[in-house]
Amino acid sequence: MTTVATAPERRRRRLSGSTAALGILGLFTIGALLEVLPRIGVLNRRFFPPSSEILTTLIEQLGEGAFWTAVSDTLRGWAIGLTIAMVLGIAVGVIIGSVPFLRDVTSSTIEFLRPIPSVALIPLVVLLYGTKLQSALILIVYAAFWQVLVQVLYGVADVDPVVRDTARSYRFSRWTQLRQVVWPTALPYVMTGFRLAAAVALILQVTAELVIGVPGLGRNLGVAQSSGAVSLTYALVVAVGIIGIAINLFARALERRILNWHPSVRRDVAR
Amino acid sequence: MSTPADTMKSGPRGRSRGTRTVIAVLYAVAVPVVLIVAWLIWAGVSPQIFFPSPIAIAEAFVNTWLGPSLTNDVIPSLARLGVAIVLAITIGIAAGTVIGLTPWLRELLEPVLEFFRAIPPPVLIPVFTLLMGITTSMKLAVIVAGAFWPVLLNTIDGVRSTDSVMTETAQSFRLTRAERLRYLVLPSAAPRIMTGVRQTLSIALIMMVISEMFNTSSGLGYRIVYFQRNYLIAEMWSGIVLLGLVGVFLAAVFTFVERRVLRWYHGIKETERA
Repeated sequence: MTTVATAPERRRRRLSGSTAALGILGLFTIGALLEVLPRIGVLNRRFFPPSSEILTTLIEQLGEGAFWTAVSDTLRGWAIGLTIAMVLGIAVGVIIGSVPFLRDVTSSTIEFLRPIPSVALIPLVVLLYGTKLQSALILIVYAAFWQVLVQVLYGVADVDPVVRDTARSYRFSRWTQLRQVVWPTALPYVMTGFRLAAAVALILQVTAELVIGVPGLGRNLGVAQSSGAVSLTYALVVAVGIIGIAINLFARALERRILNWHPSVRRDVAR
Repeated sequence: MSTPADTMKSGPRGRSRGTRTVIAVLYAVAVPVVLIVAWLIWAGVSPQIFFPSPIAIAEAFVNTWLGPSLTNDVIPSLARLGVAIVLAITIGIAAGTVIGLTPWLRELLEPVLEFFRAIPPPVLIPVFTLLMGITTSMKLAVIVAGAFWPVLLNTIDGVRSTDSVMTETAQSFRLTRAERLRYLVLPSAAPRIMTGVRQTLSIALIMMVISEMFNTSSGLGYRIVYFQRNYLIAEMWSGIVLLGLVGVFLAAVFTFVERRVLRWYHGIKETERA
């Protein structure tokens, strides 16, 4: 699990001052280039409006109710879908993971179903639910469920045999074993699954909006593009990107908070 | 460290290798067979409009995809996907190595890259449609642009975390830049790069399907939406199955390549664990 090990490392790096300054410089440089190049004609202004124009459009959008409705539609679909996927993934993962027979019997099916792209289900959900939120939810749950399930399975398999045998010798009930032994071991994996699933869920929510027409930012984006509103298209891309960053930061913060007792996080604080 | 799970997997000691293989195969096929039979029975007992029986889907699969559609839709789509994956991985590794080995560049670009990575890739499709119209190169470009981020960012991280003692050793032995790259930096970054490649593969497949669903007139994604709009349900399902098979195939190829590329790495892991 290389991603688990390096996540705290990355965070620590971000805290140092000069790094942040260079990074901000980088952002400004890109912004400035995208401002100047269209103005002096290197980039076609019809397709690449200067960055100030995109920013103005975005700020205008911030004042409009419709924009915020779209944002809340997108976020609501993301949150509901992610919650369902987490609950299902954890429940199924813990059950399959703690029964060796189930694990052996289901592993081929899981390996087969997991790589099936969620977007393949788009035509089916269109038939079933049209442009309702359910369409997006099915796509999100299908894609995010596997991310969570696989991590939970890793986590449950990671339980220290000595600890488990000790718990058994002390006649811990199944429920107590689950709460005191399995769950704390699996939790870091669950949080990794959450981080991955949170990103995937946003991708599929936006995809459903864009391709199917489920209400949300993605649909507005599709409409803006097909009606030729170029700077609005870019402004909405930026807005979706900001939501993406916010979700990443939220997932990392939550991971850190929930795992504040865990050695991988505590070591990080001590340094 | 023998856990109950281990004994379960390898079977009781007395059994021969052949018996164990048979048991493994039984384990592997049991659930899929049960699921398909259940679906068959369900479709027989109460026929559903949107869930045709597996037999109807299988027939539709043969009739739809093994005919002219194979050369018109399937092969061009898969060819685009293949080319785009190769491009995405190459660009990701090349750019990632340069950025990863140049500290100031890395620090300068990191927030920018994080931002672009946070944009859900499908959002790029309307932007690219705007910029390039709907052409083959646009379809390629949009897959590459959406899919190369995981390889890029993982390569940067992998290259950056090369063991410093090894780097210094390589310098002391006067390895040339090319040699250091070939024998030290890239191999030590390989596990991270492969993690990125896995994500890149699945994003590339998603991007291929969606870019074809978005106002085009050929390709796998277009066909499937066409069947859905015309209520050709079994044909639509056969398309879903085909996409699933492509996904499973990509995953299998990835596992095969990963085993070969990272054989040394898995070896080290196993010794550490023992």
